[in-house]
Amino acid sequence: MLLEIRDLRTHYQIEKGTVKAVDGVSFSIGEDEVFGLAGESGCGKSTLIRTIMRLIPDSARVTADRLSFRSQDLLSLSDKEYRERILWKEISLVPQSAMASLNPVHRVGDQIVEAILAHSRMGRREAAQRARHLFEVVGLQAGLTKSYPHEFSGGMRQRAMIAMSLALDPSLIIMDEPTTGLDVLVQERILRKLAEIRQQVKKKKAILLITHDISVIAEMSDRIGIMYAGRLMESAPALDVFNEPYHPYTLGLKNAFPSIKAMDKELISIPGSPPNLIDDLPGCVFSARCPFAIPECDVRRPEFKEIKPKHFAACIRTDRVQEFRKLAGEKETWISSRSKG
Amino acid sequence: MDILEVEGLRKYFYLDPGFLAKLVTRKKPSVIKAVDGVTFSIRAGEILGIAGESGCGKSTTCTMITKLLDPTAGVIKYKGRDITTLNKQEVRDYRKQVQIVFQDPYESLNPRFTVFDQVAEPLRALGVGDKVEVRERTLDTLELAGLVPEEYKDRYPHQMSGGERQRVGIASALVLSPELVIADEPVSMLDVSIRAGILDLIRDLSKRLHFTCIFVSHDLSILSNISERLMIMYLGKVVELGMIREVIANPLHPYAQALISAVPIPDPSYKRPRPNIKGEVSQPIDPPPGCRFHTRCPQGTMEKCELEDPPFKEIQPGHFAACHLY
Repeated sequence: MLLEIRDLRTHYQIEKGTVKAVDGVSFSIGEDEVFGLAGESGCGKSTLIRTIMRLIPDSARVTADRLSFRSQDLLSLSDKEYRERILWKEISLVPQSAMASLNPVHRVGDQIVEAILAHSRMGRREAAQRARHLFEVVGLQAGLTKSYPHEFSGGMRQRAMIAMSLALDPSLIIMDEPTTGLDVLVQERILRKLAEIRQQVKKKKAILLITHDISVIAEMSDRIGIMYAGRLMESAPALDVFNEPYHPYTLGLKNAFPSIKAMDKELISIPGSPPNLIDDLPGCVFSARCPFAIPECDVRRPEFKEIKPKHFAACIRTDRVQEFRKLAGEKETWISSRSKG
Repeated sequence: MDILEVEGLRKYFYLDPGFLAKLVTRKKPSVIKAVDGVTFSIRAGEILGIAGESGCGKSTTCTMITKLLDPTAGVIKYKGRDITTLNKQEVRDYRKQVQIVFQDPYESLNPRFTVFDQVAEPLRALGVGDKVEVRERTLDTLELAGLVPEEYKDRYPHQMSGGERQRVGIASALVLSPELVIADEPVSMLDVSIRAGILDLIRDLSKRLHFTCIFVSHDLSILSNISERLMIMYLGKVVELGMIREVIANPLHPYAQALISAVPIPDPSYKRPRPNIKGEVSQPIDPPPGCRFHTRCPQGTMEKCELEDPPFKEIQPGHFAACHLY
């Protein structure tokens, strides 16, 4: 396994209590694998990657049974060791907003060169050569390295960020909403380019893809994780998540997502809203919105267990999933659920 | 019956090259042709979806329909009457009939207004009804928007979720009982699990309250769920218009074909054909003659495409496109 995460928790202490932004998440990513992590705003997916990338404030409390990269424990590394050994060389990040991430007063190429110089022994000339090469890899003309960020369109900026993430040939690229806010045709070209790059480059590249867009996840991922209120609800190979979901939240999301290939499908929303992560939630975090919840769900935290090979879900009622899958397709099921939206 | 007819609508913005540049050169200012000759009509009671990439002019078109921006040229007829020439009092009356639901429920609500004040504001601003009537209409509209009045009327925006806020936004658009509602990306800021509820609300209310709706979105999956007809715009022009099923299943314009095939499908087993399209969308600054799409068109181009602007015409019954192929 490339990246292994077991029972990762990132808690913030604030005046009113403890915000459990990430609360016991477990998954792993293999070499050359695309793991798609889907979740709605505030579910903790950004905190999760910031925890992996060490971009969270010192006040956050991070604990884990295991957080390792190629069997090396990441939590025991000092910040300096992490920067020298892991950042950029092994794990790189394509952040959510390319415009906000590029420095507006420096040429785009120079920013890539600086990143290379800061993290490797390459000389300036070699680094500049590399930046031009990377631009070509992502489908931008090498001459554009001399441009400033404002001269780029949204799609070009995103390509430049992908070029930068490839700078030191890492094995894992974390992409935070890489195409959110881009037009659909631009998104299409970025995603296609990404697939192409993974074929081209010699060193295998795993991707942790984070987005709220289930369609993008469906098309890109080998395996998918569904996150809600700081916890993983389900993770499984892509086809299984869509065809045989076990968690009621996944069933609900499937209902809510429109598709131009299923225009007759009636969309059903999930009533209610996510819980406040500051509250003590001894049971399942989804129980308040779940139409299949029983009293036990409110008090007992469901174990994130392997139901069949590679298919994990955190629900105590998976034995009745056949019935739930049928009921979940009906609107009445969700309207009559215990919560009111 | 058509409630709104738009004919040859244009909006040009001039880019001033600056005082010094004007002194030194005789260069004419560049023109952004944000909307450049748009013609369409909306039937009373329908939901018309408008799709297109950023910069295609869909929002500018709607802004002109709501009279927040004056067109450079063209006619907008509301119930047969040109609204570009209304006087002040007539504009006030028009505003009562045409309302907007905004994109971002985090930005569009006044943080100092309670839900009640927010929804009552249009009535007060346009002087509709006395205190009792304002109260009654406001509470009724909240109820319609799916918010229990007693529970929500005294809340402030920060005490509500995104979905609840958007319901407030919808309520304040509907409180004047408008006949035409323009919804500009009303669900793009909302989470997937609550989007369906807002779409249902707009659809149900349009039927119950008999209003016509223009639903603007960049997301064709959403439009395919809510709208009856679909209009696709590209660089200030309408390239295709027809019944949504027809347009999605059988798009005529090469741009519409590319756009539709680029929509990701939430099904890992579906192998989507990849669109074959060159380049990126440019800005509508000093556009070249001919079809605006000819530089990117995968169909290869005829000579005509570079010289003549293709007319927007009915290719099949009720299905219009602007392309020299037809």
